[in-house]
Amino acid sequence: MKRVYPNKDYCIGCHICELACITAHSKSKDLILAYTVERTGEGLSSCKRVHEGGPTCVALSCRHCDEPACVAACISGALQKDPESGRTTYDREKCVGCWSCLMACPFGAIARHPLENKIVKCDLCFDRPGGPACVAACPNQALKQEER
Amino acid sequence: MLFQPINRNYHDFSIVRDKDACINCKVCIRQCAYEAHYWDESRQKVMHDNAKCVGCHRCEALCPTSALLIQKKQSDFKDNALWKPEFIKYIYKQADTGGVLLTGMGSPVGNIPVYWDKLLLDASQVTNPSIDPLREPMELKTFLGAKPVKLEFTKTKDGSPKLKTKLSPNIELNYPLMFSAMSFGSINFNLHVAMARAATELGICYNTGEGGLHKTLYQYGKNTIVQVASGRFGVHRDFLNAGAGIEIKVGQGAKPGIGGHLPGEKINEMVSVTRMVPLGSDAISPAPHHDIYSIEDLHQLIFALKEASEYRVPVSVKIAAVHNVAAIASGIVRAGADIVAIDGMRGGTGAAPGMIRDNVGIPIELALAQVDQRLRDEGIRNRASIVAAGGIRCSADVVKAIALGADAVYFATAALLAVGCTLCGKCYTGKCPWGIATNDAKLAKRQNPDVAAKKMVNLVHAWGHEIEEMLGGMGLNSIESLRGNRDKLRAVGLSDTEMDILGVKHAGR
Repeated sequence: MKRVYPNKDYCIGCHICELACITAHSKSKDLILAYTVERTGEGLSSCKRVHEGGPTCVALSCRHCDEPACVAACISGALQKDPESGRTTYDREKCVGCWSCLMACPFGAIARHPLENKIVKCDLCFDRPGGPACVAACPNQALKQEER
Repeated sequence: MLFQPINRNYHDFSIVRDKDACINCKVCIRQCAYEAHYWDESRQKVMHDNAKCVGCHRCEALCPTSALLIQKKQSDFKDNALWKPEFIKYIYKQADTGGVLLTGMGSPVGNIPVYWDKLLLDASQVTNPSIDPLREPMELKTFLGAKPVKLEFTKTKDGSPKLKTKLSPNIELNYPLMFSAMSFGSINFNLHVAMARAATELGICYNTGEGGLHKTLYQYGKNTIVQVASGRFGVHRDFLNAGAGIEIKVGQGAKPGIGGHLPGEKINEMVSVTRMVPLGSDAISPAPHHDIYSIEDLHQLIFALKEASEYRVPVSVKIAAVHNVAAIASGIVRAGADIVAIDGMRGGTGAAPGMIRDNVGIPIELALAQVDQRLRDEGIRNRASIVAAGGIRCSADVVKAIALGADAVYFATAALLAVGCTLCGKCYTGKCPWGIATNDAKLAKRQNPDVAAKKMVNLVHAWGHEIEEMLGGMGLNSIESLRGNRDKLRAVGLSDTEMDILGVKHAGR
């Protein structure tokens, strides 16, 4: 399957992917409203996190593993592996906020929702026509969605 | 401002932040290498310090909400035709520091004419047909190096002709364009990779500059010109045999008569190994070559390099365009150079004293015309190709340069503009926010070689198409027919002396 691969050699740590993620997952689809209103008011947050250490930085999000540890750990069936698309899907309604997936994920790619007992996880922008918003927004092509 | 020199507020730029659009996302803070943007903890918002802004526009370019505008700060100085604001600021700066004013690329000299802008090209009408390059073949292929005076043939047994004349080694270019010398160190490895890949894809050459060639780039040797300069950095046998040509750099257009200085902070592990200098130590290229004090000395070096490379590649000599350039070029050709590269005063640099950059040397147009004429007059034009450099901005400049007598042109400023440079001229600080003139790991990775190579390739393709259009319009189907063809040029608003030097007629004649 096509996954989003970060390239730490050319990630410039601008965090624009996070802003793109927030906008793509907002109700308004408007960066200014998403960041100032929905983020602060409703806890909208990015599925992607830029991790930095010295000159190195890299933007991490769910790897949509072939054998996801989070799915195995999920006690409510909210996390599933979709056999057709290969995505690791998340059903917000089923999630009970036990954080088992957070502890199980070897990449630290799942985050707690800042206000609710829910998680925040990449959905590969499956319903976005242009593909993942982070990939489209990266100014240095340090994020690529491809088959490897 | 408190606790600051009193002239600190005479800065060049103002950062204008649209309060409605700014979301305090801090992208500008992360992008600014000069810390002009900062997070104000007590106000809980992004603030900026105009005095630190160098006008590179990186923040403006990356601001996701277009909330930033970088504007020239309106000068408050009283108008004075003699004491322009830059001179006043120079004095304040030097009164504070006591030092030489350093500058980078993007020669801003305003009072010296740009002759490209005073030259116009011809086009065919009625009496000679123009050519449509989309329908008919158009030849841009260029060969650099010595050409024979005549060709002699013998007949083989079966009666077919065979070339008897021994040809000199030439560099084959698909376009009459090359990326000029920018050393590994002055620009970073990512851009060297990008240039090497772009040159290879395009079938042109890039020049290593004085700084050696990284081992991993030897694979692009066919499209590389290796440079030997006064510091001899990175020069060894493998290096000399790695490229398609060798260039002796005597001078640089932006700073004729002075050497180079790569500060120790820019010498990281990779640069140190490639340059063969100790880690973190300054790499100083002397002003002269200590073994060249005459044309005869130059002759010795040219042939030493030819020996070292077993006469397989042409040797180029690059000089800055200075007053006596035609006579010097004649000497260079007679010393055995296969290519003469002339770098005009508007050429780029990673660091040069401002007074030198703006006041020493002559414009490339005049130098080029004179060199071509001199070599023709002396009957030695075929012995060397001429490469023009220094301030080539667009394809029309290329066409005009070739009509003035160049075989090909070197361009570098345009190539860097293609990858983001905004000519802020702060290359000498080593903190280039566009990741170009810097070896800071965090900044250098702003140049992704994949992206940069693609942009350089696009630029050359675009120029190539435009050159073909201009050639076709003039009724020419080969770049060779344009070389030194000054009849295709006319001048506007130039004096008789200038037209005489350029060898062109006034428009209307």
